[in-house]
Amino acid sequence: MINLSEVSRTFKSRTGTVKALENINLDIRDGEFMAVIGRSGCGKSTLLRLIAGLIPQSAGDVRVGGEPVTRPRRDVAMMFQRPALLPWRTVLGNVLLPVEIFRWHRSEHRDHAMRLLEMTGLDGFAKRLPHELSGGMQQRVSLCRALIQRPKVLLMDEPFSALDALTREEMAAELQRIHMDLGTTVVFVTHSIQEAVLLADRVAVLSARPGRLQRLVDIDIPRPRSFGHNAHMDQVAACSAELHQLLLGDDYSPDGAKSSDLPV
Amino acid sequence: MPVERTSSRSTHIWSTAGLPVLGAVLAVALWWLATKAFNIEPFFLPAPPDVVDAFLRLPDYLLREAWVTLLETVTGFGIAAVGGLAIAILLAASRTVERMTLPLIAGINAVPKVALAPLLLVWIGFGTQPKIVMVVLLCFFPILVSAMAGLTSTPNDLSELANSLAASWWQTFVKVRLPWALPQVFVGLKVATSLAIVGAIIGEVIQPDRGLGSVVVSSGQSADTPLAFAALTLLALMGAGLFYLVGALERILVPWARAISS
Repeated sequence: MINLSEVSRTFKSRTGTVKALENINLDIRDGEFMAVIGRSGCGKSTLLRLIAGLIPQSAGDVRVGGEPVTRPRRDVAMMFQRPALLPWRTVLGNVLLPVEIFRWHRSEHRDHAMRLLEMTGLDGFAKRLPHELSGGMQQRVSLCRALIQRPKVLLMDEPFSALDALTREEMAAELQRIHMDLGTTVVFVTHSIQEAVLLADRVAVLSARPGRLQRLVDIDIPRPRSFGHNAHMDQVAACSAELHQLLLGDDYSPDGAKSSDLPV
Repeated sequence: MPVERTSSRSTHIWSTAGLPVLGAVLAVALWWLATKAFNIEPFFLPAPPDVVDAFLRLPDYLLREAWVTLLETVTGFGIAAVGGLAIAILLAASRTVERMTLPLIAGINAVPKVALAPLLLVWIGFGTQPKIVMVVLLCFFPILVSAMAGLTSTPNDLSELANSLAASWWQTFVKVRLPWALPQVFVGLKVATSLAIVGAIIGEVIQPDRGLGSVVVSSGQSADTPLAFAALTLLALMGAGLFYLVGALERILVPWARAISS
């Protein structure tokens, strides 16, 4: 679905050029949930913006569905860290914004919008204005707005990082359910190991400055997965430990366990 | 978060209508008290009853002249609002034009408009037109500058959202930038309401033929201070009325602005 080959991106700044991403090779399968994890400044968001067609790559090839990405596509939806809702539009009006921009018929997508609101527990809030909703609810509206495009690819840029811890867990569980229902290909940028392990089929670990693909980690835990007590806690712990070590180095490794030996 | 509804309806009415009225009544009472306490001559500072008497002496005349001033004010304000918004949109549409004209606009704005009044006499002559032009001159820049500020303050996340949807320039403008700018536009419009009246009065004082400004001039010449105060009171009422009218329009058009600014 998404193919990145030898992709690099540099930014020019006052102090010179900064390599944000270097030589990224990554193939994301149809329907796969790919988490991208790394420390701040490792180019996670840049990677997402390249796939979204918001910025051009400096070198290499970015393809979605086999076609080179040159500009934003309608079947690729983006969700940001902040809800980015229009404060003067109702919840329903916000969800229908892409429909208007694409010059689709509003009436044909209204029902779809209402179904999405229902799916995210927002039925009954369709006529409210964004400032009347909590942060978690606003981000749900943002998710509905992304899904109204019926995207083949959903790009999510740390979508839950501005929320409180409990809401984050709730939202992550909900996203898992929606992904299982819809089968959309998801690229999910996060710096939460917990979220990555709960949600992802594979986790791409990026190293910082320049952003390189350090490791691809498979998360072979059966779905639906859940936080807290469950049947696969050992596997979850093992995956988490491996990601911790990759991100933070050996000194953080719990009791010296070698990550490569862990069953994943 | 759901809107809190802790205050009941009656306290709401009290705080939006009752308190301003109470404030005005207290101010008038203080004024009256001062003239009594210090035994001030009506020629120097008339007490409220003197002003009311002056108004009742010549109500038709005062209202007629007030109407002239009001028309000049509203016409000039309207022209400035439409023109200022149109120019702001034009400037916001192109970085090049904005860069080219912004210093020019800042320079022209710094010119004291009162200094142009004699020139307006040369260019346009007598009558209501030079007064309307003076109103436009005073109102135009605050409206333009605040509208520009609004149009160029679109938050990054909303611009990026529009980009990610591949929205055209026009779609982004109509659906995101312009609505986002409206609260700022209203800031400029509110400032401009009082400037509009100032402009009309400058025009009338310099060329006293009609309007409340000429009433003030002629009552000064005949040492009829209470009459001048009656005219000034009408101007104050006019200013407050226009300000609240624009405020009401703002509440209708951008009810969301208060919620996100708090």
